[in-house]
Amino acid sequence: MRTSSASALIAGFLLSAAAAFAAEKPTDPEIAHIAYTAGAIDIEAAQQALDKSKTESVRTFADDMLRDHKAVNDKALALVKKLNVTPADNDTSKALVAQADAKRQELAKLSGAAFDKAYIDNEVAYHKAVNTALKDTLIPSASNGELKALLETGLKIFQGHQQHAEHLAAHTM
Amino acid sequence: MMRASFPYSILAAVALWTATARDAAAGQVIVVKIIDMAFSPATVKAKVGDVIEWSNADFLDHTATANDNSFDIPLATGESARLELKRRGTVSYYCRVHPNMIGSIDVE
Repeated sequence: MRTSSASALIAGFLLSAAAAFAAEKPTDPEIAHIAYTAGAIDIEAAQQALDKSKTESVRTFADDMLRDHKAVNDKALALVKKLNVTPADNDTSKALVAQADAKRQELAKLSGAAFDKAYIDNEVAYHKAVNTALKDTLIPSASNGELKALLETGLKIFQGHQQHAEHLAAHTM
Repeated sequence: MMRASFPYSILAAVALWTATARDAAAGQVIVVKIIDMAFSPATVKAKVGDVIEWSNADFLDHTATANDNSFDIPLATGESARLELKRRGTVSYYCRVHPNMIGSIDVE
């Protein structure tokens, strides 16, 4: 029962994440806000994992997420400063934050192997949703060349994270 | 020989590189740059005694980790690290943080 309810939650998350990203063509200030928010969400998820998990491979993964997403968000902040763009909050960012809050509360109730599995499964689903959004919506919508280039680099990085999470889910859980 | 005057140390690799210009049989340093989430070149041919030098020009930390676990080299952003090739064969490697980054070394 626990597995089926977890699966239903993940399926629901994927659907709502896809819906969250399926906004009308976003502007560059909105894209910058969405990309930064998506990174900040994964940093918070990693911090929760480091607080709760005792499994070395999960903690290493969380450390990697924390370090990488901070580095990408630092790049994004430097870029918006350089371009004199003020990131603009929007419905997609708000939906992402609302979903992440719900997921964090759900994970907070778990511990041990159940937490590890739920965290890694969510990392797979979350990176998948973000990568689809980058590929199909955010990159094609970006008009500034430097912003587009950073999003393209971000996509490669997050595809790597997705693969890493999928490997962990398949081999250690 | 110039190499003989160096003690066993990291400097020996530099000496090897210098010697390579005069002596094709000496080990050479093959540089693999990491840029924009890729090992470049991704595939290298080398000889036993050659040295691979990975140079990380990305703004992220990476690793060069052998599929057969024969090496696992951390490559922090902006840093370089070396590996002396001691045996023949082909070894494939990847980045542990980003397993979509892959490379291989073909040692003759």
